[in-house]
Amino acid sequence: MLRKKECVAMLLAGGQGSRLYALTNNIAKPAVAFGAKYRIIDFPLSNCINSGIDTVGVLTQYEPLELNEYIGNGQPWDLDRAFGGVHILSPYQAKKKQSWFEGTANAIYQNLHFMKKYDPDYILILSGDHIYKMDYADMLRAHKATGADCTIAAIEVPIKEASRFGVLNCNPDGTIYEFEEKPKQPKSNLASMGIYIFTAKKLFDYLEADDKNPDSSKDFGKDILPAMLKAGEKMVSYRFKGYWKDVGTITSLWESNMDLLGAEPAFDVGDSDWKIHSRNPLAPPEYIGEKAVVDNSLIALGCEIEGNVKNSVLASNVIVEAGATVRNSVIMAGTVIRKNAVVEYSIIDENVTVETGATVGAPKEEGAGIAVLGRGITIASGAKVAGGVILDKDYKGE
Amino acid sequence: MAHSTVGVIFSNIHDENIPELSRQRTMASVPFGGRYRLIDFALSNMVNSGITTVGIVTKNNYQSLIDHLGSGKEWDLARKDGGIKLLPPYSDETDKPYTTRLEALMGITGFLNHRNEDYVVISDCDGIAHMNIADIVRYHEENGADITMVYHEETEPSESSYFITLQPDASGRIKGLRINPSDLKKGKRYNLYVNIMVMSREFLVNTIQSAVQRGFSSFGRDILAKNVDTLRIFGYAFKGYYAGVNSIQDYYKHSMELLEKPVRDELFGARDIYTKVRDSAPSKYLEGATVKDSLISDGCVIEGTVENCILFRGVKVGKGSVVKNSIIMQDTVIGEHVSLDSVITDKNVVIRDRRTLAGCPELPYFVSKGRML
Repeated sequence: MLRKKECVAMLLAGGQGSRLYALTNNIAKPAVAFGAKYRIIDFPLSNCINSGIDTVGVLTQYEPLELNEYIGNGQPWDLDRAFGGVHILSPYQAKKKQSWFEGTANAIYQNLHFMKKYDPDYILILSGDHIYKMDYADMLRAHKATGADCTIAAIEVPIKEASRFGVLNCNPDGTIYEFEEKPKQPKSNLASMGIYIFTAKKLFDYLEADDKNPDSSKDFGKDILPAMLKAGEKMVSYRFKGYWKDVGTITSLWESNMDLLGAEPAFDVGDSDWKIHSRNPLAPPEYIGEKAVVDNSLIALGCEIEGNVKNSVLASNVIVEAGATVRNSVIMAGTVIRKNAVVEYSIIDENVTVETGATVGAPKEEGAGIAVLGRGITIASGAKVAGGVILDKDYKGE
Repeated sequence: MAHSTVGVIFSNIHDENIPELSRQRTMASVPFGGRYRLIDFALSNMVNSGITTVGIVTKNNYQSLIDHLGSGKEWDLARKDGGIKLLPPYSDETDKPYTTRLEALMGITGFLNHRNEDYVVISDCDGIAHMNIADIVRYHEENGADITMVYHEETEPSESSYFITLQPDASGRIKGLRINPSDLKKGKRYNLYVNIMVMSREFLVNTIQSAVQRGFSSFGRDILAKNVDTLRIFGYAFKGYYAGVNSIQDYYKHSMELLEKPVRDELFGARDIYTKVRDSAPSKYLEGATVKDSLISDGCVIEGTVENCILFRGVKVGKGSVVKNSIIMQDTVIGEHVSLDSVITDKNVVIRDRRTLAGCPELPYFVSKGRML
């Protein structure tokens, strides 16, 4: 049998996610919990397996422990394979070099040997920062059909937000004539999604050239793509229409969680045609008590709800005691909300305890923003955490 | 565990207890508690007690069981040596598949001979409990017992068609053993054997061999009852929560007991109960949903009212529907403005809009697998 994979995916999961503050103190952004039972990385990994791509390198650097443990042998995503499967690629020492990944392109460059082992025709570059469902196989078909050297997935964004993205300026046939990284005055509203398919040989050549260039910042958006464009390589945009959300900020993470709610949600994780795979919690079914009121919410296994939960997303083994209220909030696994406590417009990380009668956050309308509680902390009985406050240590009140 | 133990689980024995649920599956694969199958409790108890090899004796209807167990990895039993060993019946032109427990054991002597563990724990799948098998093996060793039988004190007469009661003395040694006694009265205490026993592997293999030579066919009558005086048979009193599933009424009653917190804490709180996972989405409670005193599994979408119920994975409850005191199994779809009270639906049932079904707790209304009403 030919030991070959047509397409190998490389998932950039080294991001620190500093704009998630306390939520990424000890974990990499792709390992951040999302949607009651998922983590951000479940989405690109599920997209891979659902698109028939069974060889994925996951590049980690920042706080990789939990991410490594979560991915394990890849079995939950059916990526536990004799040839291929998911592999964690950490920075390493070698005879000739010893370095951390310096930029996105450098991270891929340092793992050339991993990709070459599979003799691939195409390389798919992904990031672990977004919530979306996408058929990469369709994008690969487009890449082959246009004969492109590089295909960049692109989505229309409101023009006033375009300056946050890499912007693609395209001809009517979709070929890209200009690529601007976070332009102040964007010429188009077509944003790069950070998803690239390269013809493998071209990518390898450009990565090697880039590595020899001392002036390069070793970044895809800033260096590799402009260099290819300049050299006249064929670069084509691939239009994606659907839900795509960067969950790199507290606000976008909260919004994206809320997008899962309702009978016709903006983003449906229950879609049986495009299953989102994840490592499942070991927990009994959730118990909803006699006095509980649960309205417009997503609740994971193992929860014990005796209080009121409205417009919220609760991950596994969360306890909401009698008289407590959780509204417009995202609560991660193992957190306990004790009697008569109130949680409003907040994101609470794993294993937090909000003691009896404590208050966390303030209604959205008050404009103070989302309150955030970091992992494992305790909010003392009766303490008040104001709206918009971010805490990563126990809090006893004023 | 100082000594190693191998597990043997009988998946089919007691199938006749709840024909409604075991028509198309083994007793072992009867769904229970929202996301489990009965075998998950016996298997998890073994795994949590350090057992890494479990032979599963099957006879018929075991496709659903094979599908559930897979490679055994969910129970951490996908092992290089040992793990889950499915033991289908052995038969040829002259031999028929087994009809008794003893014949089934005769059929797995090859498996038992090839293992090297010191002890064997044999368990059926008709009981739900959180039990430490290592404690039972230790008790067996300390007593120098030939056989240790686990019992639970009961006050309700058993509804099983075949059961054993034990009379231990102060030391725990069994002095009397009765099969299907007919004089059990409601409220009167007796010790019900819960179909879990421990023996040394060597003792079991020798016992089976001599039973073959003598043409014995019943483990209970020919081996246990006949030898109460000569063998050292001990009883291990299990003091925790035990739910024997001997009828559809039992099944309903014990399912509903899961809504009591102490029962849930004992079964699920101390140790994990492992089961097959399905990658369902978290359950979604829509606007206008009312859920009270219920256990809800993943993948459910609830728009109506659910009270005092157990919902398995992937159940849909439509707008305006009221479901009370019911057990709704996997992927059942309940339309709009449906009323259900004291109903058990098996998997993949569809209840169309505006239907009303009601049973009573003593006689729940049962809807069989895949039906559309």
